[in-house]
Amino acid sequence: MSILVNKDTKVIVQGITGSAGSYHTQKMVEYGTKIVGGITPGRSGIKIHSVPIFDTISEAIRNTNANVSVIFVPPAFASDAIMEAVDEEIDLVICITEGIPVLDMVKVKRYLEGKKTILIGPNCPGVITPEECKIGIMPGYIHKKGHVGVISRSGTLTYEAVYQLSQVGIGQSTVIGIGGDPVKGTNFIDVLKRFNEDKETYAVIMIGEIGGTDEEKAAKWVKMNMWKPVVGFIGGMTAPPGKRMGHAGAIISDGKGTASEKIKTMQKCGIKVAETPAVIGKTLISVLKENDLLESCIIHNKLIDL
Amino acid sequence: MKIHEYQGKKILSQYGIKMPRGKVVFSAEEAVVVAKELNTDLIVIKAQIHAGGRGKAGGVKVANDLHEVHKYADELLGKTLVTHQTGPEGKEVKRLLIEEGCDIKKEYYVGLVIDRTISKVVMIASEEGGIEIEEVAKETPEKIFKEAIDPATGLQEFQARRLAFNINMPKELTRKAVKLMMRLYKTFIEKDCSIAEINPLVITGDGNIMALDVKLIFDSNALYRHKDIIELRDLDEEDPKEIEASKYDISYVSLDGNIGCMVNGAGLAMATMDIIKHYGGNPANFLDVGGSATEEKVREAFKIILSDKKVKGIFVNIFGGIMKCDVIARGIIKATRQVGLELPFVVRLEGTNADLGKKILDNSGLNITSAISMADGAQKIVSLVQQKGGRSA
Repeated sequence: MSILVNKDTKVIVQGITGSAGSYHTQKMVEYGTKIVGGITPGRSGIKIHSVPIFDTISEAIRNTNANVSVIFVPPAFASDAIMEAVDEEIDLVICITEGIPVLDMVKVKRYLEGKKTILIGPNCPGVITPEECKIGIMPGYIHKKGHVGVISRSGTLTYEAVYQLSQVGIGQSTVIGIGGDPVKGTNFIDVLKRFNEDKETYAVIMIGEIGGTDEEKAAKWVKMNMWKPVVGFIGGMTAPPGKRMGHAGAIISDGKGTASEKIKTMQKCGIKVAETPAVIGKTLISVLKENDLLESCIIHNKLIDL
Repeated sequence: MKIHEYQGKKILSQYGIKMPRGKVVFSAEEAVVVAKELNTDLIVIKAQIHAGGRGKAGGVKVANDLHEVHKYADELLGKTLVTHQTGPEGKEVKRLLIEEGCDIKKEYYVGLVIDRTISKVVMIASEEGGIEIEEVAKETPEKIFKEAIDPATGLQEFQARRLAFNINMPKELTRKAVKLMMRLYKTFIEKDCSIAEINPLVITGDGNIMALDVKLIFDSNALYRHKDIIELRDLDEEDPKEIEASKYDISYVSLDGNIGCMVNGAGLAMATMDIIKHYGGNPANFLDVGGSATEEKVREAFKIILSDKKVKGIFVNIFGGIMKCDVIARGIIKATRQVGLELPFVVRLEGTNADLGKKILDNSGLNITSAISMADGAQKIVSLVQQKGGRSA
């Protein structure tokens, strides 16, 4: 088991003919993801990486029974692409696109109300259930199947954490990047809930960063509801206030959203926070040991000793 | 993207919001000419910099005659203002807004922001105007009123009315206040603002409502659909290195330390700064080359890092997902050959084509210290920079 995506997930790619869409479609197909179709309006009838192209999502779903869509459409057209997929009430939309205007996302969030579609992103690396289904832009080979769930606001920092786990033989159930924008589809709590209910997930790593108060809220939720151990990391201890650190959402404003505030709240709520990004894996191991879960989580050959 | 007060006022006045008459000037002589044109008893001279807290820092003066206008304008132009938002280095004043003074009866606050927890635009109002809203939120939170706005319908008049009553606007001015709030919202949406603030919003002796100070900040992701706003960008207000970086779509933020960083991905870039600090070093910058870096981008990133004279060593930390490590390696080699790098230089490559990237660097004949992990790299660069500092000292 896993959350959100698995080996039976059928994926369509919106923006498949663009350079990023085409490149990553190939990588996803190579990984073994069932990419059943692509959408580029006006280009139906052709094939890319032997994937058939359709003009509209409804046509694509009718022909392929796809239940997940991944979006590589440029920012100016991305909100429209998300809403087209939501309108078909597809199960899950994963939006990789970076740089969508925030007011477009405000509309998208309103559009999502009352619909059953779940949106992950935008501005995220995607979702992967190792050795089953990779949807997004993460390097597949660093992931190993297993029992640790990972949720993160960042992309490359997530790879860093996953890599640390895989190197010591600890696999992952599902790894989810929720994205670095201030207004996004899915937040920590939505994903933590799923990990809590997933039988195959024994522990969770949650990677946050400066800006907003989502980590604090998630920490309080964890304290009240989560019965699996959670380990955390927050990026941006050294970030100056008032400056946007790359991600549109990573900004300390009005003294709110600092790393130290988040870390303090997380620790108060029973989440062990890694002191540096280099020891996220080590911190998890110490918590797994405390909970008698380490042996059941190490299911691959160790490449190095931590 | 930030703009100046006078530019924000111009935009809001196009939407029908009233404000004092005034004009921007670049010299004391111009200031006198504008003051003469305004033909009023009281002239306000306001320093135009991209930071709040100007009043307290001495950036706003009131003149009673043209002689004083000249004197104050002369004083302010070229002066470096240090406010709580400029940082200790302050900002040089290059433009002034010359404005007619007005008869203030009471000051209020009205602003719009995006509330990320509810994913909606929120209008905030308070009867405590003229001071920063964060301060009001701390001292007298009961005096702050909010209305969350449904993006499907936009701000409704009843919401604006409710705010006007809640902040105890005089009843006879409610209609004017509602109109102003509706116009502010319209501006916010049509111009893709991330903040639109009138503080203070004043009622005058003759029963008018006016925007005395205005702050507009725009969503940089939405600038592609606002050519008119892009033209308002004042490069003098920005760090030249940040401007150069933005040309190549590189996110760069200048910091105080001496270790230059080049990283892919914002989260990893922040974490790299943090780990340098953890091992006793000091990052000179945040730099995210982005997911789809080309050789050219890597080269430019290098030039930007090296243009910072504080930099005594460089740490490249790449975890290639979209980005291929061999591309990074080639970019690094080209860049170092071009700029003749002599500083301590640590590279950590992991991810797609990492082995190929490492091989390219190893065979380059360049003096590059390679690292096997992020922690290893951070420790190496910190100790190399410290050794060097020790020798030269």
